Amino acid sequence: MEENRETDEMIESSENVNEEVSGIAVAEDKPLDKNVKLMSPTRMVLRRFFRSKLSIVGLVMLAALLLFCWIGPFVYPVYKEDTVDRSGRYEYTAYDVSSDNGEYVQLFVTFNNVNDLAGPSAEHILGTDEQGMDIFTRLMYGGRRSMIVSFLAVFLTSALGIIMGGISGYYGGIVDNIIMRICDVLMCLPMLPLMLIIGTVLDANGVPQRYYIYLLMGLLSVFSWPGMARLVRGQILFLREQEYMVAAEAMGYSTARKIFKHLIPNILPQILVSMTLSLGSMILYESTLSYLNLGVPVPYASWGTMIEIISKRSDILQNNFNVWVPSGICIIIAVLGFNFIGDGLRDALDPKQRR
Amino acid sequence: MFKYILKRLGISILILFGVSLILYILLRAMPTDFVQQKIIALNTTGATVTDEFIQAMKESYGLADIPIVGYFKWLGNILRLDFGKSFISQREVLSEVFDGGRIGTSFTVAAIATVFEFLIAIPLGITAATHQYSIRDYIVTVLVLVGISLPSFFFGQLLKDIFSNKLHWFPVSGMQTPGMSQTGIALFFDRLWHMFLPILTVVILSIGGRMRMTRTNMLEVLNADYIRTARAKGLNERVVIYKHAFRNTMIPLVTGLAGLIPSLFSGAMITESVFDLEGIGSYALNAMTQGDIPVIMTYNMFLAALSVLGVLLADLMYAVVDPRVKLA
Repeated sequence: MEENRETDEMIESSENVNEEVSGIAVAEDKPLDKNVKLMSPTRMVLRRFFRSKLSIVGLVMLAALLLFCWIGPFVYPVYKEDTVDRSGRYEYTAYDVSSDNGEYVQLFVTFNNVNDLAGPSAEHILGTDEQGMDIFTRLMYGGRRSMIVSFLAVFLTSALGIIMGGISGYYGGIVDNIIMRICDVLMCLPMLPLMLIIGTVLDANGVPQRYYIYLLMGLLSVFSWPGMARLVRGQILFLREQEYMVAAEAMGYSTARKIFKHLIPNILPQILVSMTLSLGSMILYESTLSYLNLGVPVPYASWGTMIEIISKRSDILQNNFNVWVPSGICIIIAVLGFNFIGDGLRDALDPKQRR
Repeated sequence: MFKYILKRLGISILILFGVSLILYILLRAMPTDFVQQKIIALNTTGATVTDEFIQAMKESYGLADIPIVGYFKWLGNILRLDFGKSFISQREVLSEVFDGGRIGTSFTVAAIATVFEFLIAIPLGITAATHQYSIRDYIVTVLVLVGISLPSFFFGQLLKDIFSNKLHWFPVSGMQTPGMSQTGIALFFDRLWHMFLPILTVVILSIGGRMRMTRTNMLEVLNADYIRTARAKGLNERVVIYKHAFRNTMIPLVTGLAGLIPSLFSGAMITESVFDLEGIGSYALNAMTQGDIPVIMTYNMFLAALSVLGVLLADLMYAVVDPRVKLA
């Protein structure tokens, strides 16, 4: 059964190579199969993946971000996530005053003991935010939090989706029917409003705001597995009818072995693509929830919460680009990176594509 | 066909039942005294909330009963078309949520954005597919993927800051120029001018998905046998692409139209609140952060009903547009 499949793919790959070398002159005296190099499916996929420039760009973007967030704090250990710059600074305000003695300028000097909303300088590469914390440093720590939360959410969603979709597709019948109806219901739930409601519920039950985003993203996974479940179910329904599954049945393999050894490896490519693409959307979700004031509170940072301040203070929106634009750019780079990689993977894994 | 629709409608009602149950149970996870506390807090911000009103509210939402009993009481009220009163304004929820101006604003933004989305995304998708792997394909793909990757609030705020605050090309926020008494055409254009940036935001964020879909479909169709036949007959490439291929690419696009129903009426929550548009989305967002239970329930059930309807219509459209599809 497995062998059957293997040879199938080998023939496919040799065809593929044939097509690729068709432009090159092939020595006519040797039989064709001696002339072509056989490639394993994995190597073919990798080759196609790396041939696309976009996937490489995506990989580089993400690698750079991951290095920045995890290695960055060791390279640039000047500030911590919550270090407030208390070096202070003088603020000068001038007023025109006219009195009997004539006109003169009155200068007020105030000492602000927190160096807040500073512009980019040697001490603070991207300046400081409204709390006097270093933005460059917070980008690193915020990136860690945003990405970890999104990774966890994607893994939880996928795990639930694979289990539910697997059960549904493998057993069929009434179990399948029940799980699919649950999927229908969950797919009709408006996600963002739902998260806002859950936010209010958490607030009402006295959960500290620090944990909101973790709980919210966890619950988001609990509600958003139907997409993955449908994908897995559809694939299993298709694969179940294949000869090698009939053979596995005839060999009397256990259910677990059939599922984990024969079905899951064959669905893995699609699962991988879907997971990569949803990593991007989870980062967007996390930042949107943070923007709606459901993220981690100050002094903790995440990319979304670093932008949130502009919804409250329009002076920062207008005058302090360095406070909110960098984290927005980080979000875009991360999401774009995942989208590029997901797109490249999808093209590379598509058996219909011969390139 | 008729039997199929009836069956699907039956399933839809079951789905809505499930959705409302989940929402209700979630809302009931808020302690009653928290709701009371919220109402009193709102009281201080201007709205007058009397004790009798709070008591009536608790009773009509079954906040005094255990959740499951409360749910069926709520369901009974809904079936009698009694959606209750908003905690904040104390007006009937139905007239609040479906206020003509609000839903009109959201619909205008969504409708114009959808038209532009299709007008831009479809040609882009076709060129990307017919020039697959060329430099043109790469450029279009990168641009639309950037569009998908933008966080709506960030992009909206950025546009607002650059074009309204700095360049003064567009108004900063709101629905129409304050202190101006325009009528007719002038008022219409003034409103459009205010809606320009929100529409732009929605269009740029949504082009990507539509363009990718068109590209994938077009590529699939271009590999079909009948396209090879058309080319073999010696037909002009234009005719092959726009007559033979494009018509079949249209199938998912047309059925996709039905799937747009929810987004046309539900309003873009984040975008509306960024630009201070008085649409249904920003209204609902406000209600949700303030814990206005009757409004939250009605709005979300409205959304769920729309998406159930959208899915059903999309499936029906398939059968109408594509004669190969048979409904069973």
